[in-house]
Amino acid sequence: MKMLRFGLLVLVVALFTAGCARNVKPVAPAASTAPAPAAATTQAAPPPTAPQVSPLDDPNSPLANRTVYFDFDKSDIKPEFLDTLTAHAKYLVANPTQKIRIEGYTDERGTVEYNIALGDRRAQAVRRFMLFQGVSADQITTVSYGESLPADPGHDETAWAKNRRAIIVYIR
Amino acid sequence: MTMLRNSVFLTIAVVLLLLPIAGPHATLEIEITSGVNTASPIAVVPFRYDGVGQPTTDVADVIGSDLTRSGRFKALGVKDMLEKPTEASAVNFNNWQVLKINDLVIGRVKQVGGGYSVEYQVFNVYTHQQIMGYSVATSAARLRYTAHFISDTIYQKLTGQRGAFTTRIAYVEISGHEHYALIVADSDGYNAQPVFESATQPILSPAWSPDGHQIAYVSFENTMPAVYLQDIYSGKRELLSRREGINGAPVFSPDGKSLAMTLSSSPGNPDIYVMDLATKQLRRITTSDAIDTEPTWSPDGQSLYFTSDRGGTPQIYKVSAKGGEPQRVTFDGSYNADAQVSPDGRSLAMVHRDSGNLYVSVMDLASGTLTTLTNGGLDKSPSFAPNGSMIIYAATYHDQGVLEEVSVDGQVHERLSERQNGVDVHAPVWGPFLTSGQ
Repeated sequence: MKMLRFGLLVLVVALFTAGCARNVKPVAPAASTAPAPAAATTQAAPPPTAPQVSPLDDPNSPLANRTVYFDFDKSDIKPEFLDTLTAHAKYLVANPTQKIRIEGYTDERGTVEYNIALGDRRAQAVRRFMLFQGVSADQITTVSYGESLPADPGHDETAWAKNRRAIIVYIR
Repeated sequence: MTMLRNSVFLTIAVVLLLLPIAGPHATLEIEITSGVNTASPIAVVPFRYDGVGQPTTDVADVIGSDLTRSGRFKALGVKDMLEKPTEASAVNFNNWQVLKINDLVIGRVKQVGGGYSVEYQVFNVYTHQQIMGYSVATSAARLRYTAHFISDTIYQKLTGQRGAFTTRIAYVEISGHEHYALIVADSDGYNAQPVFESATQPILSPAWSPDGHQIAYVSFENTMPAVYLQDIYSGKRELLSRREGINGAPVFSPDGKSLAMTLSSSPGNPDIYVMDLATKQLRRITTSDAIDTEPTWSPDGQSLYFTSDRGGTPQIYKVSAKGGEPQRVTFDGSYNADAQVSPDGRSLAMVHRDSGNLYVSVMDLASGTLTTLTNGGLDKSPSFAPNGSMIIYAATYHDQGVLEEVSVDGQVHERLSERQNGVDVHAPVWGPFLTSGQ
């Protein structure tokens, strides 16, 4: 029952983001045109085959944002991260040999192994979103570190908010 | 006769039980943060040394510290003693009665060949009677262990409960937030020695085998969690599980033949499994699609307690070790997790969360009453001493990960912290008794 409800939620989210996807479209061209001026100003650069900077290396690409944050004890993806995840999903669909690892993390306000399970749930939420967007299952692995390897080692809400996260790591 | 038998027993026990690893690691500093007024006053007079040079350990000091650390005794400071006898004939009991001391310990360390002979006697200050008198043969390297052993015998004689001063603890040390080491140390934090180290990847959830020879733990080397089994004497290491998803929360069955752990039965669905350590065959115990994790065995090996959020929030459940329908055990509050069964099987220690703060609590299984023992707010990973008297757990103090201990009645609190800055300690687990009971 819980699974079903979650499935429906993801489906709704997927439809919603599919609708938005058109607005996001300009992203890819913008990224691919970015290197052009750089190549033009660099005289020493070797001839015509201007190096294609991967959007993965472009700090202005939406793909540069690889972290999504979660509410305390929660593993549902908040609306403000849907654009980011959609951009990653589109890139992965367009580059089916590209593999990613989704890492799930928690803050420290729980037991160690329960936090591993909660971090896993967060990683799985991102993974399921990707699968609904058409990313192939064999492009994705997941791992949960729970409360280990905090982004911020502090012990207050500012730190905890930074630590409740999932990170997309491109395997290159 | 009794004395002779005990002397032989003590000698054998001391020989068997030292980690053959050289060089101590960082040392935890122990501090009693709150004591109890009902602690029985005891005096441990500095032992006389008959030999050349100095003995490797101040035996009387270790015994006094051990007994005080138990919360059942309060050792008199040496500077407050009116006399320092080292022979029974020199004791003036009036000098101890005026100080309201109940029991007096005196002794001698004698150099014998390459080792030592430690003699000690315990007297009741009011009846003047000798309660104990033993001689223990030991070596320089084992002298501190021998002092703990003497503490065990005194504690047992005076309280009726077995002492746990010769036991060890394991924990995870993190330096600079990224260098992980699995450490084994004496229960007072001394003789800390690394068993396994990882430069950047976490080590979690150590668990002792019932014979104290092996530790199972989770290591994330190669960015994948895996459950390993390691012999702490030989260093031999065996990979037990590196399956897709979670590989976590290992814990030995009381007979040492099986390991319960958490594995993902499908992506995102952690369940409890039991592995037969001889055949490596897995048996799935739980089947819900909620989180099921943090298994722990009842002392008789018949049941497993575990954490599950199948009811909406994490709570403790109990299930037969053969599988079946779990029964919910905790109902008090919205977050109860990481249960540990007391050695007598009568209570559960667990982490209880209230308003986002974590505390170590104990639940009496017969009455269901939950009592919170700690007040740190980030207290987790509780583990019982094998005699059930104390619980060690991880806490945060001045932004540093430390270990703390609390007596099961909540009265005595102690802290073991790393002296160095930037070193955090986590995930303590108290090892078993290493010898048969007396």
